[in-house]
Amino acid sequence: MFEKEKLEELKKNQTDWNDNKVGKSLERFPERKKQFATGSNQEVDRLYSPVHLEDFDYDQDLGFPGEYPFTRGVQPTMYRGRFWTMRQYAGFATAEESNKRYKYLLEQGQTGLSVAFDLPTQIGYDSDHALAEGEVGKVGVAIDSLKDMEILFDGIPLDKVSTSMTINAPASVLLAMYIAVAEKQGVSSQELRGTIQNDILKEYIARGTYIFPTEPSMRLITDIFEYCSEHVPGWNTISISGYHIREAGSTAVQEVAFTLADGIAYVEAAIKAGLDVDKFAPRLSFFFNAHNDLLEEVAKFRAARRLWAKIMKERFGAESPKSMQLKFHTQTGGSTLTAQQPDNNIVRVAIQTLAAVLGGTQSLHTNSKDEALALPTEESVRIALRTQQIVAHESGVAETVDPLAGSYYIESLTNKIEQEAMEYIKKIDDLGGAASAIDKGFIQKEIMDSAYEYQKQIESGNRIVVGMNKFQVKEETPKGLLRVDPAVGEMQKEKINQLKGERDNKLVQEKLTILKEAAEGKENLMPHILEAVKVYATLGEVCGVLREVFGEYQQNVIL
Amino acid sequence: MDRPIRVLVGKPGLDGHDRGAKVIARALRDAGMEVIYTGLRLTPDQIVQAAIQEDVDVVALSILSGAHNHLLPKVVELLKVENIYDETLVICGGVIPEEDIPFLKEKGVAEVFTPGTPTGVTIDFIKQNLKRA
Amino acid sequence: MDLAERLLKGEKRAAARLITKVENNEKDALEALSQIYPHTGKAWVIGITGPPGAGKSTLTDKLVKRLRKDDKKVGIIAVDPTSPFTGGSILGDRIRMSDLNTDPGVFIRSMGTRGYLGGLSKATQGAVKILDAYGLDYIFIETVGVGQSEVDIVKATDTVLMVMVPGLGDDIQAIKAGIMEIGDVFAINKADREGADRTKTEIEMMLDFNHKDWRPPVTKIVAIKNEGIEELVGQLNKHKEYLEVDDKLIERRTKNSELEILELTQQSLMDRVLNSDEKREEIRDYAEKVANREVDPYTVSNEIVGKILAKNS
Repeated sequence: MFEKEKLEELKKNQTDWNDNKVGKSLERFPERKKQFATGSNQEVDRLYSPVHLEDFDYDQDLGFPGEYPFTRGVQPTMYRGRFWTMRQYAGFATAEESNKRYKYLLEQGQTGLSVAFDLPTQIGYDSDHALAEGEVGKVGVAIDSLKDMEILFDGIPLDKVSTSMTINAPASVLLAMYIAVAEKQGVSSQELRGTIQNDILKEYIARGTYIFPTEPSMRLITDIFEYCSEHVPGWNTISISGYHIREAGSTAVQEVAFTLADGIAYVEAAIKAGLDVDKFAPRLSFFFNAHNDLLEEVAKFRAARRLWAKIMKERFGAESPKSMQLKFHTQTGGSTLTAQQPDNNIVRVAIQTLAAVLGGTQSLHTNSKDEALALPTEESVRIALRTQQIVAHESGVAETVDPLAGSYYIESLTNKIEQEAMEYIKKIDDLGGAASAIDKGFIQKEIMDSAYEYQKQIESGNRIVVGMNKFQVKEETPKGLLRVDPAVGEMQKEKINQLKGERDNKLVQEKLTILKEAAEGKENLMPHILEAVKVYATLGEVCGVLREVFGEYQQNVIL
Repeated sequence: MDRPIRVLVGKPGLDGHDRGAKVIARALRDAGMEVIYTGLRLTPDQIVQAAIQEDVDVVALSILSGAHNHLLPKVVELLKVENIYDETLVICGGVIPEEDIPFLKEKGVAEVFTPGTPTGVTIDFIKQNLKRA
Repeated sequence: MDLAERLLKGEKRAAARLITKVENNEKDALEALSQIYPHTGKAWVIGITGPPGAGKSTLTDKLVKRLRKDDKKVGIIAVDPTSPFTGGSILGDRIRMSDLNTDPGVFIRSMGTRGYLGGLSKATQGAVKILDAYGLDYIFIETVGVGQSEVDIVKATDTVLMVMVPGLGDDIQAIKAGIMEIGDVFAINKADREGADRTKTEIEMMLDFNHKDWRPPVTKIVAIKNEGIEELVGQLNKHKEYLEVDDKLIERRTKNSELEILELTQQSLMDRVLNSDEKREEIRDYAEKVANREVDPYTVSNEIVGKILAKNS
């Protein structure tokens, strides 16, 4: 791309400039630090120029938006055609309350729903289970049965709204419930659009809401792939997640590497289960973090897109371009929010929003300013939504596709991140793949080391977090935070009792027995799960049966 | 102090976010303490039984799920039933609103370390507030 | 009632406190140990060792659960390395045994090596005696599993269970031959992986070279799936039965006691050499002289021993 001779000359001139012009400046006053680095500790040079992109080839490295290797974006018109989906994660307490919040957000201009479930639901326990004590409705909505799901989506047309559900181990059950609710609304599963997170590997790595061991978990995941490709073709059956890996403390490179390694594991599992790559791969989606270092994040997203495209094409022989597109949802980094001077978080989220948009995300959740302290209030979640709307309508970054392309720094960093991520993936391959690497604790240890390093940097003052270790003020106790009524637990227990009194318990037992037999065999479990939830078997009952057959995952300690 | 301080670090309830617990565990180890790391999904009963067997000086719990007002007092209660509360320092960290802290302290939690607390502060607190020599 | 009495009455807390005192070398700890010693010898002590990642903790969890089904009371001492730089450690073996936390018939204690170079800690044997007197039927010692530790564990136990994983076959040659000597029962964990059968054959071949009276059995297991556990427990019991015939158990315990006596004596003597700042300063002075070639280390050590003996006579 750059003429060899001109490059040589440029190199000379840049060296000249560094030695003389810069040299003189440094004598007058030094630079702020001895070493400059990105938020993820990647070394950053003083100046980037064509010298950093010697072998740069536009066609090979970038290509055009919507075309392999998709570096510049997965759609040709990107935000000129349609803005990213503004999808705020929400859910708490009861289905009734969450339903109200969803309607509020849709009124305020949100374009897709994102459901947060409480921990007992995420771990397959009903609200009356011993381990659910104190947890019901706290971090998301409590769903114990189809009845709760019906209330959750009451008055929300499932043929018009796309819904993302952050659910992993029991994803099959919640998806079945969603399908059942749609059916009652007269909407065929063929019309449904949405996503389930359904990414168990990252649960083992970083998030902790696993239930079953690896093998049966992968089976459930591939069952869902298969079922949806036939019955729910508009559904994104997995959201391969890097967000939580980053939240656990990883670097940007690790976020890309471990997420894509997980992706590789899922593709391999699906192929092993007999599925055709080009049939399920178009429905794979990803979920990334938008952290503070704006430029590094943009490079990260672009590197991820290019790397995944190459992997799908070269490693898995995918033929359809749709199989090679890395579509992703982004959430601004929760761990960057501070409890100190919470209004500052609005600014952080704005920068992270820019990062996600300049990086070409398909949908975005922005955190609210009070989320280092509690779940967001209506007011603060509105500001978070407005942040996206201001970026969309006022900042100009959505008026052209991939505007930062061609920046010497951005392209250089994109290359670097891709290369380093590839090295990690090779290491993971050597360890036998992602599942095996997790078993051996390799991925967790890498993340833990980064997290510890980060903490040390903050405590030594090498990393500044405004308001927290610099520019502090005397804090006032924050007021008006969202509190979840502790009575929610009791309310849900009441509902369960009522349900069990009203439903046909014999029928429920029948369906659960059939499910158990199917789980012991090799059949696709989705139809059986659907049958069970339709007769109002509870989430805990369905997962209880599966727990019996599959056992539970055993924690690994890597410190 | 000649002997290493023994600290149980764990997460009660269903919350799975263990970055904080792991960072504290490492920091305590680097400060010369023996950390009995008990991981995720512990019931208050499991925590207390482990505390007895390991004869720990400190029980350090991490909760980010909002269930702290229920789980932490439970742990203290059980420690008292087992007669070891007087020799065991109970501290916690995580996402805990400031307005809940007085309640937790009243229930027997010695200190609550909210997001952004440097690990050194926690380490010093432990060293200065041990309930036995 | 003092701690020793409470221990003998079966009080869990007393056991825990006593172990702490022994670990911290408290004065009354040794007295307590002497007091309870006549009540020890009933528990069967099994050492579990093997390379890191072999799944020892998971296996221990399964073995204990199986023994609990027979209503046996079990103790587990899990030893992890103490950092030589900070003096701290992360003891995480309990994680894999979390359901056992609330089983009243199980006692789990985590210990750091605290500078001790074997895979055990100095206090491990003390802890074993305490749990023995506390009334347990079986005591498992789970070690760090690298280097010297394998040899150490023999002298503290009645049976040594060596846990390996497939694929180690190629590396077995590189592993010190000592490992083959000290294992009484072998388990190949994660046996659902490739190479399990080959590894089993290779290990059995090496065991055949050691013409011992007891030919260690090699069992394939998949601990996390609870497969092979029954068979393995059977092999452990077989070893127990083997030792209980013809005084072989007493022979082994006599050998172990000899080593223990020597070790305790050695420690006691070393304490006298190092039990004050002046004494430590003295050693440092000696060291400087030796490094500067003013005197040789052999003469120095003779002098030190001479001083101790002189004090006693």
